[in-house]
Amino acid sequence: MLTAILVMVGIAVVTGLVLGWSAIRFKVEGNPLAEKIDAILPQTQCGQCGFPGCRPYAEAIAKGEADINQCPPGGEEGVKKLADLLGVEPKSLDETHGTSKPKSVAFIDEQTCIGCTLCIQACPVDAIAGAAKQMHTIIAAECTGCELCLPPCPVDCISMVPIAEDLPHWKWKHPVIEIKPVELKRVA
Amino acid sequence: MSRELFKFKGGIHPPGHKAESTGRPIHPAPLPKKLVIPLRQHIGNPARPIVDVGERVLKGQLIAAADGAISTAVHASSSGIVSAIGPARVPHISGLPDECITIETDGRDEWIAHGPLDYQAMTRADLLAHLRDMGLAGLGGAVFPSAVKLDPGAAQTCPTLIINGGECEPWITCDDMLMRTQADAILQGVAIMRHLLGSSEILIGIEDNKPEAIAAMQAATAKTDFAVETVSLPTRYPGGGAKQMIETLTGKQVPSGKLSTDIGIQVFNVGTAYALARAVHHGEPLISRLVTVTGHVLRAQNVEALIGTPFDTLIQLAGDRDGTTGVLMGGPMMGLPIPDTSVPVVKATNCILVESAELFPPPPKALPCIRCTRCADACPAELQPQELFRFAKSDDFGRAQEYHLFDCIECGCCSYVCPSHIPLVDFYRYAKSEIWARERDKRAADLARERHEFRLFRQEREKTEKAEKLAAKAQAKRAELAAAPTEAGNSGTSEADAKKALIAAALARAQAKKTETTPQNTDNLSPDTQQEIAEIETRRAKIRALARKPLESEETP
Ligand code: SF4
Ligand code: SF4
Ligand code: SF4
Ligand code: SF4
Repeated sequence: MLTAILVMVGIAVVTGLVLGWSAIRFKVEGNPLAEKIDAILPQTQCGQCGFPGCRPYAEAIAKGEADINQCPPGGEEGVKKLADLLGVEPKSLDETHGTSKPKSVAFIDEQTCIGCTLCIQACPVDAIAGAAKQMHTIIAAECTGCELCLPPCPVDCISMVPIAEDLPHWKWKHPVIEIKPVELKRVA
Repeated sequence: MSRELFKFKGGIHPPGHKAESTGRPIHPAPLPKKLVIPLRQHIGNPARPIVDVGERVLKGQLIAAADGAISTAVHASSSGIVSAIGPARVPHISGLPDECITIETDGRDEWIAHGPLDYQAMTRADLLAHLRDMGLAGLGGAVFPSAVKLDPGAAQTCPTLIINGGECEPWITCDDMLMRTQADAILQGVAIMRHLLGSSEILIGIEDNKPEAIAAMQAATAKTDFAVETVSLPTRYPGGGAKQMIETLTGKQVPSGKLSTDIGIQVFNVGTAYALARAVHHGEPLISRLVTVTGHVLRAQNVEALIGTPFDTLIQLAGDRDGTTGVLMGGPMMGLPIPDTSVPVVKATNCILVESAELFPPPPKALPCIRCTRCADACPAELQPQELFRFAKSDDFGRAQEYHLFDCIECGCCSYVCPSHIPLVDFYRYAKSEIWARERDKRAADLARERHEFRLFRQEREKTEKAEKLAAKAQAKRAELAAAPTEAGNSGTSEADAKKALIAAALARAQAKKTETTPQNTDNLSPDTQQEIAEIETRRAKIRALARKPLESEETP
């Protein structure tokens, strides 16, 4: 009996040491779960989730400090992907953080712009080109549509333009097929 | 023919409807008043326009150059004036416009200087670059830039070359008619392909529902100075699909996600071989092609149409009829409905199929899938169409990809046999385009993440740089003050005193600045000038008083 207990304790101590050592030896830099969550988030960097960007939100989800349904640009589909990754039930988007909108890019009315540079400071992905007292312009290919440049503009010359569908971006629609229910004949 | 043939899995036998359009000779289409030439007629990057609006162009002149590795050039199909460069309607199911060059033709059809090319004296790279500038692209339907396919790459050779004259799709006969009439020219093109690819085995595959074409090609191959075999294949749709033809002729299967060149086989359509011969031996770029105009028309036939000719012109030539319900580009199995028939013929337009309610009755209503797996039996790509349908319908794209969605050639065999009449291919097309869109979004997100992270890094760097600069400056000032002879004795070296001295120095600097900026031109003046200033001041006061008066009087009448 005593030997058995001693053996068990011995095994526990040894495995504990091995595990402890390998935890230090093979320590993974960063948080792999947050990394995976960040890969799903749309990287709009809009802050609607309540965090200053996608990465902080990813970290908060990984720590269990935020719910998975707070990212409007990701939409229902993003929530579903996060639920799949985390093995939880998908839920609907939390409307208090905003609703998902068609993808747009910002556009500066270059006649009105006074060149105050405030929008540049707000843009999370450096998609605005310009210098002090010069006209500013949006690099449309790099704009994520986060809308963060709208509020700081003192002359309200930035607007969001939905991306028009063109041929290279055209998508087949989900086919609508009317499934005819089988008619049940009532026996008289 | 003694050649052993193999059998690909699946396939169907739809009614051929070939005789409708093979009874009449090839007719040249009339020169239209306006040619609309799209810049994106091929797979890859659209061509880049190199002409301006208002410029006169000649037939065969390069008007848009190839752009990037996978691209090909676009030429003027006739002489005239460039009247517009910009979005115009193109033959696409969406009806969306795309970039086009519009030419108002002058009716003279005047050629640019052109002539044959001694291709055997050219290096492979030069010849390929030339073919790219000749606008060559696969005419079988996929319109992949030919110069890319004719480059054997690192392998240096491609042992087997297959010329596809299968034309398995019902109604279409343009390849059939081309083989009947231009067999020698096709083989000239094949010779150039052989030269570029270094192929040792050359096979021409033709389905046995085209006996005239087989006879013509066999007669022509008897005259060539290289080994080439015309093989008659059993007629079974989609036997003209590249992968199916490879399997029938060689017994080899192209592995999933691989190219045929990975197993040493390259496939070209007969039309492409012909266009290649025209380009090299006559210096004519790809500006026209054979188009089968058939279906619900009075005179179904093949026409030689300039790229950019409106569909309407060709349909009128074949005799349009009442009761037209729609127009397809391509055949009934893989063709796409074109909502607007004013769109131009492009390099991919092999057939204009006019529909009527009798010829193409609307499909019966779809019923739920009964999992009979008839679709799986018919699928030539050895897929499980019923499973793909289930995943595509529920937007489960990951699973659809696991079931090899991208091996689907959209042949339509599955929809053809489905007893529930489910438009299966529409679902696969939908799923594929959704997956592509998601990949695009993913790339955009990765770029945004990278740029955001760089911005955070930049902000951090700027902050530390600024702090460092300030620290360095303060350090320098302190050192300077410490070095200066201290009037208050040696106690000035202490930290507190140094700070005090700094503040005092800053204050003194501010004071100095203030006095500098106050205007000092009124000091040390001569009495004369002072007198003058006083006079001016009184005058100003008077004017001010005057200016105020009328206003007051106006306000208090
Ligand atoms: S709400 Fe905006 S910042 Fe937050 S995760 Fe979504 S895209 Fe990123
Ligand atoms: S915030 Fe408005 S005014 Fe200022 S630079 Fe940007 S666009 Fe111009
Ligand atoms: S043929 Fe139609 S009904 Fe039968 S399994 Fe396939 S999709 Fe379902
Ligand atoms: S359309 Fe695709 S899934 Fe259907 S039979 Fe053809 S290859 Fe198979």
